[in-house]
Amino acid sequence: MTEFTPLLSFAGGMVIGLATVALMAVHGRIAGINGILSGFLTTQFNQDWAWRAAFLGGMIASPLVLLVLSGQMPEISVPSPAPLLLIGGFLTGIGTTYASGCTSGHGVCGISRLSARSIVATLTFMTTAIATVFLTRHVFGG
Amino acid sequence: MKPLLAFAFGLVFGCGILISGMGNPAKVLNFFDIAGTWDPSLAFVMGGALLVTAIGYRLAFRMGRPLLASSFSLPTKQDLDIRLIGGSAVFGIGWALTGFCPGGLVPVLGLGTAPLMTGAAILAGILAARWMIQLSYRKTAAEA
Repeated sequence: MTEFTPLLSFAGGMVIGLATVALMAVHGRIAGINGILSGFLTTQFNQDWAWRAAFLGGMIASPLVLLVLSGQMPEISVPSPAPLLLIGGFLTGIGTTYASGCTSGHGVCGISRLSARSIVATLTFMTTAIATVFLTRHVFGG
Repeated sequence: MKPLLAFAFGLVFGCGILISGMGNPAKVLNFFDIAGTWDPSLAFVMGGALLVTAIGYRLAFRMGRPLLASSFSLPTKQDLDIRLIGGSAVFGIGWALTGFCPGGLVPVLGLGTAPLMTGAAILAGILAARWMIQLSYRKTAAEA
């Protein structure tokens, strides 16, 4: 079980939205994390690489902000064993690259612009994710 | 100046992820588990993010151009092709096996070996897909 946190989650979502809008208003860029990761993986260390590296650096450093604000590091719990993390991570990289976007790029940026591609992508990955968890937890697992 | 601002925006984005619970795989997997220990919180993350972004994007686009760039870089593709749908389907399966989407993962990379392992696998997947897509382009070019 995890605790239902509608207010905190809504507030966190709004903060994600603020950063997403700021990146567009200032840099003119979509805050799609898969795209930013992919653009980071290059051998051309130009200006486009620099803002992506800086954005990722800021994301990685973000637990320290919460540490300062709340006095403790955020806690996470990872239920999946290592082999599933490796397979699932690999599929995530392949899928988001073919789809040109993930939860942030399609789910937030794209849907906000009412992009048909992003709406279809989000409905698709949410559906297969729910189906996969149903299979792993209620059909094969448990 | 530009990278410094990008760092700040990444910091804010990461805080949003951590506050919302998107960085916690147990919570993400419970969001998908509608027949079991369902935790609907993540629908509220999407709601908050979409509300702010839908309004904020409109205001930003009204400026005509971004503050520190010559134009807005927006995707131009329109087609609902097999790459979009198949890729998204595969991503959903991968996400459900780990509980980490790329945006949820990066802010917690420093918090353990599990996110690091998943991150390495995601990067490997990105490179593998880029290579496969390049091969298929070359094949199409050779046939044409």
